Amino acid sequence: MQNVLVYAGADQGALTKSAREALGAGRRLADALGATLAAVVVAADTDALAQEAIACGADRVYAVANPILSEYQPDLWVAALEAAARAASPDVVLITGDTAGKELAPRLAFRLRAGILTEVSAVAVEGGTVRWTRPVYGGKAMAVYTAKGPVVIGLRARMHDPAAPAEGRRGEVVRVELSVSPELAATRIVEKIQQALGGVRLEDARIIVAGGRGIGGPEGFKDLEALARDLGGAVGASRAACDAGWVSASLQIGQTGATVAPDLYIAIGISGASQHLAGITGAKTVIAINKDPDAPIFKRATLGVVADYKTVLPHLHAELKRILGK
Amino acid sequence: MDPATKRPVQGSAKLVMDSYAEYALEVAIQLKEKHPGSKVVAICVGDKPTDDVLRRAYALTADEAVRVWDPAWADLDSQAVAHILARTIQKLGGADLVLTGREAGDIERGVVGPTLAEELGCACATIVARVEAVEGGTAVVRREVDGGYALVSTRLPAVLTITNDETNVPRLPKVKDLMMAARKPITTLGAADLDLDPARLASPLELVDLYIPVQEGQCEIIEGDDGPAKAAALARRLHELKLV
Ligand SMILES: Cc1cc2nc3c(=O)[nH]c(=O)nc-3n(C[C@H](O)[C@H](O)[C@H](O)COP(=O)(O)OP(=O)(O)OC[C@H]3O[C@@H](n4cnc5c(N)ncnc54)[C@H](O)[C@@H]3O)c2cc1C
Repeated sequence: MQNVLVYAGADQGALTKSAREALGAGRRLADALGATLAAVVVAADTDALAQEAIACGADRVYAVANPILSEYQPDLWVAALEAAARAASPDVVLITGDTAGKELAPRLAFRLRAGILTEVSAVAVEGGTVRWTRPVYGGKAMAVYTAKGPVVIGLRARMHDPAAPAEGRRGEVVRVELSVSPELAATRIVEKIQQALGGVRLEDARIIVAGGRGIGGPEGFKDLEALARDLGGAVGASRAACDAGWVSASLQIGQTGATVAPDLYIAIGISGASQHLAGITGAKTVIAINKDPDAPIFKRATLGVVADYKTVLPHLHAELKRILGK
Repeated sequence: MDPATKRPVQGSAKLVMDSYAEYALEVAIQLKEKHPGSKVVAICVGDKPTDDVLRRAYALTADEAVRVWDPAWADLDSQAVAHILARTIQKLGGADLVLTGREAGDIERGVVGPTLAEELGCACATIVARVEAVEGGTAVVRREVDGGYALVSTRLPAVLTITNDETNVPRLPKVKDLMMAARKPITTLGAADLDLDPARLASPLELVDLYIPVQEGQCEIIEGDDGPAKAAALARRLHELKLV
């Protein structure tokens, strides 16, 4: 019998999408192991979150509530998760694949003297043993691990089907006392700057027009933006384009950028490095426009155009506008 | 890839500095330029060939280079690396700022930095794009968060894990510095020099399989006499496939 504990992160009083993914993965794992699924919620007021976690599959919720926990601060959250884990004694802790989860997972593992695996993209149970799969070497290979003892698992974003809340599910709520002083927050978030990027959030976009080093400069990205706008989509970029300063780093897609899952991904002047492709594994259809017929992006693409994008883009934009009746 | 050891075969390939470590070093060098009197020490856990990586750090104007290695450390995981780094930093007398890459390009993902902060018992800020200011025992940094940025204030000493930003693209070394780098001394430390906890060096995980996923991909190349013709054909296919 194993105990599975899921960190269910929240934002503005509701569980995040990453939290529902973690609860989905946790529920499936607990069922496969015949284990109970516990979740931990951390907030100033946890009542609604605890009920939401139960609706999303948790059998028991450890609720760490304290007025000091009104806003995410990493040091306080690590302490809260540690307190909940001490109460739950889990064999496995699943942590969300968002930026908070990325910093919490290794720190929690250290405090629990547990092992750690991050970016886990698949979970399987064979003969009672859990096999954790994650991409390595920039997505060029997949590695499968088993744990010899307790382990903290950082989940890869958008790889695990989110739990669908079921009204009427029942579960138990356990309050966890946390005595911390604000002094504990050695690192404090002072201000959040949300990027308002022409409406559609990259992560939510159905269509993404992405550019790379081949775009050649910031002006070229204006044309990509115009196309994205007319398609009702968003603009994305490779690390090379972000590093060149042509677009904001928040547009970066890939292993160290956004993980996206649009219906249509149009990659223009992007070579298709494995670290870039790691961010678009969930894209349904990939279109590549690249002047190099041997560019690796064509291995991932469904449709490809081998050309200088400058000779293609204006006409493509005009044609699509005509088709869309714009 | 060696099917037996499930490890990559290095062959004749040279070791290079990890991509995000280069961005971290760039941030360190810029801080040194802004704060005269500060010192940049490059530390790497690795065997003799790793000297190449430290020489690169010297060429990029790091002031000191330290390589830590013990022949018994064949298969360290990132928690073990963080433990060794922490003990090394303590042995060297500590640091105000410890910079690491946000994640390594090979196996592990973002574990060393935060674990190192825990090991050192100091503050930690992750996925830092810019160090805006360091003053009076505090650093103000700009970090990535989901959907944007956050300004974060962190008490020193602190571990920062660095991400790429247009302000920290690694510079190219000057020829003069490259030449000098070849002659600079690299300090080496081993297990006997450090106060290590053997329990933290043993990996609690077992690698049971490593494989290269098959790329099925069948790409249909759109033909056409010129750009406009290809564009029209692509638009038509996108419409036929109901993709727009
Ligand atoms: C640990 C690590 C993490 C990383 N994370 C990421 C990440 O999250 N996201 C990411 O994108 N990268 C990431 N990278 C970097 C990645 O390895 C590549 O360096 C990067 O993706 C390359 O960007 P690019 O395709 O725009 O540039 P290049 O590889 O230089 O490709 C440019 C392409 O444009 C084409 N081209 C040039 N001119 C034209 C033209 N006029 N018309 C059409 N095509 C043209 C070229 O043929 C070429 O294929 C990471 C690397 C490491 C080591």
